[in-house]
Amino acid sequence: MTRRAAITLAAVPVLFLLAFFVWPVLSILATGLTEEGGAFARVLTDSGLLGVVWFTLWQAVVSTVLTVLLAMPATWVLARFDFPGRSLARAIATVPFVLPTVVVGTAFLALVGPSGLLGVDLHGTVWVILAAHVFFNIAVVVRIVGGVWGHLDPQLEDAARSLGASPWKTFTRVTLPLLRPALAAASSIVFLFTLTSFGTVLILGGPRIATVEVEIYRRTAQLLDLPAAAVLALLQMVGVVAALIAYSRYQERHTVEQTLRPARETARRPQGRERTLVAAILGGTGLLVLGPPGVLVWRSLTASGGLGIQAYQALGSDTLVDVGSAVGNSLGYALGATVIALGVGLPAAVLIAARRGRLSRWFDTLLMLPLGTSAVTVGFGFLIALDAPVDLRASVVIIPIAHALVATPFVVRASVPVLRAVRERLREAAAMLGASPARTFRTVDLPIVSRVATVGAAFAFAVSLGEFGATIFLARPGGPTIPIAIYRFLGRPGVLNFGQAMALSVILMVITATAIMAVERARLPGPGAF
Amino acid sequence: MKRLMIAVAALAMLTGSCVSEEPVVRLVAHDFFAVSDEAIAAFEEETGIDVRIVQGGDAGTVVNQAILTQGNPVGDILFGVDNTLLSRALDAEIFERYESFLIPEIPDQFELSPFVTPIDYGDVCINYDKSAFDADLPAPSTLEDLADPRYRGMLVVEDPTISSPGLAFMLATIVRFGETGDYTWLDYWADLRENDVAIAADWGTAYYGRFSGAGDGDRPIVVSYATSPAAEVFGAEPPIPELSTAAMRDGCYRQIEFAGILVNADHPQNARTFIDFMLSLEFQEDVPGQMFVYPVRPDAELPAWFGERPADTPAGLDPTVIEENRERWLGEWSDVVLR
Repeated sequence: MTRRAAITLAAVPVLFLLAFFVWPVLSILATGLTEEGGAFARVLTDSGLLGVVWFTLWQAVVSTVLTVLLAMPATWVLARFDFPGRSLARAIATVPFVLPTVVVGTAFLALVGPSGLLGVDLHGTVWVILAAHVFFNIAVVVRIVGGVWGHLDPQLEDAARSLGASPWKTFTRVTLPLLRPALAAASSIVFLFTLTSFGTVLILGGPRIATVEVEIYRRTAQLLDLPAAAVLALLQMVGVVAALIAYSRYQERHTVEQTLRPARETARRPQGRERTLVAAILGGTGLLVLGPPGVLVWRSLTASGGLGIQAYQALGSDTLVDVGSAVGNSLGYALGATVIALGVGLPAAVLIAARRGRLSRWFDTLLMLPLGTSAVTVGFGFLIALDAPVDLRASVVIIPIAHALVATPFVVRASVPVLRAVRERLREAAAMLGASPARTFRTVDLPIVSRVATVGAAFAFAVSLGEFGATIFLARPGGPTIPIAIYRFLGRPGVLNFGQAMALSVILMVITATAIMAVERARLPGPGAF
Repeated sequence: MKRLMIAVAALAMLTGSCVSEEPVVRLVAHDFFAVSDEAIAAFEEETGIDVRIVQGGDAGTVVNQAILTQGNPVGDILFGVDNTLLSRALDAEIFERYESFLIPEIPDQFELSPFVTPIDYGDVCINYDKSAFDADLPAPSTLEDLADPRYRGMLVVEDPTISSPGLAFMLATIVRFGETGDYTWLDYWADLRENDVAIAADWGTAYYGRFSGAGDGDRPIVVSYATSPAAEVFGAEPPIPELSTAAMRDGCYRQIEFAGILVNADHPQNARTFIDFMLSLEFQEDVPGQMFVYPVRPDAELPAWFGERPADTPAGLDPTVIEENRERWLGEWSDVVLR
């Protein structure tokens, strides 16, 4: 790739991040740090706060490892087997990812809380936080790792098997090395998500467990102790950057070029004993993924005592929150966020995949950073920084922009491993056959880009639909999104409000699953090469 | 000639401030602000001023954001600063002085500063699930009862470092037991801890997650609002004939919510018109059904299902005292209850 092409590709992502991430965040950090010089010493000598930092770090590591381990079997089944209802199962696996933490929090309490259905009380322990983190993030692994796994050439595994390797050995020696980049990509996202976990920790962890994110919120939104909040936000960013740099290095070292095959060639019907295994894996993961949503469905139908759909009827007539407009807002913002995230993320991904070296690593890190930055910090940063040249602070565009900041890393992470895996030889062959660089891009790269674009779009759409953490701290005109509407219902007493919160959560799940399936249907048919 | 020019200029300035102001008012509020479409439509029709509402976060968030944008506000009016946050907002000088002509309609107890206008109030009170108590174990009636071993493991409160009702309840215990003497508020909290008090992050988690009166929680006593029992059954389908929860009068803390015109607002004149509207009976009578709190105007009628205004006024703390001591109190509370 020429230098000029690289600069062109980098322009939009870099400008976007400078304007809507770097500048706001620097503004708020500067406000905090110039207010009090001794903030560093104050935070770094507070043993309570250091304990919070340590807890934040280790729970994120453990959550990530657990999520990957528990998601792998389902990822395998959904990627490699063809069975009726597969795309529905894949869409359902994504549902937890978009559910607002406030709602999932109460659902988890109903299952494993003080009077939980499952008979164990994990409230206030780290276990329930880990469980919730796995629940939320399974989709990340299923989608990102599955996106590559579904396209691995089965001949490689077949060859290993015919040479006498056991299935396990085939997996560890052939499949796993090929999946490593995607696994690292998924892990990095799960790590950032759990590192900045807010609502889950707040609701399920009880008052004795806090993450840095919770502490930043407490300092910023409640105590107005901006100096300490700024120091904590910086600490959080240092951790995130270190993890991301390590990730990029790993990614570069372990990428293997390979020929990807169309999913329809790699997936097959389960046979014989496999059927039992597939069913067991789907059933087991299904229990985990569907447990909390099941509670929500049940509650939405029984909120007023007996079984019925009163809560849904109330949504239609309620004056407190206009549900139709909330749904419209959510869909509109999600569309906007998806367009922005693709516009920013795809050029960035093409660039990162094509160019190696320090600059590319830092670029990649910068793109991911918003995901690992405290939402409170970003929200407050928007407010003090985005007043000039055009005052965007209370404009509707601020919401899709904030959502796109969170969604872009998904577009990048879902795309880079696939783009990197494209054999350079294909491009060289095209060039040798006389194709111009533009034509090579059009015939070799573009079909692959449009393929990864649909994966990225599905993610970005889902991220935006469920986004709560960043949205809540923005000054929003023009009515709530669905998660915000749910939050408003849950902030008011009464069986009517509670029922509506549950019913609206169910509607959010249905909309998400439908949207994801629609995006997958709309996937452009790839040419034979891929 | 010169005199004429001055007169013209003066006239232009006078009319300019009224006429050239764009017919818009922008209200910044927390996420639990609500007003009916009908009330807003009536205001817009009457005044020709377009109302734009900008919402985001809880009361602490919007107040702190307003402080950070002091002099360059996001909107014209801030709604939602309460008496626990008022002093911080006044110190930061985010509000323009304005006293509506309707202020005389409001009882003096709500008027804490000429820079803000009281709009509504609510009492944070202990709520309990009636079905959990009977002749053998009567419902609690005093704060002391909550520390009595007979009520062990029954109470859930919100974390005062995060939640505003949680903070209000903590303040109520400070008012009641004081900081000095044989038995201080911290001794009381030590006893509550001994009695297995549960701490939930926020109101929603406490009320819907832990309270047995509003779902399948495990705790029959919760910190909520005086109006919650009526709201609990409001609009339920099929109707619930009798209130299933009740509020205890002892240990309540009054939260008053204010609106104020932000310094350097783009539309100060329209903002004043809107503040007047917020004190009109039309808006005041809209308040209970929308926000589940009481309107400050005593002549505003309450909906039948809402119940009467509380007869007594709970003792409170001066906003400046709260601001000066908040961090220390929260630190001491955390040391006693959490460590």
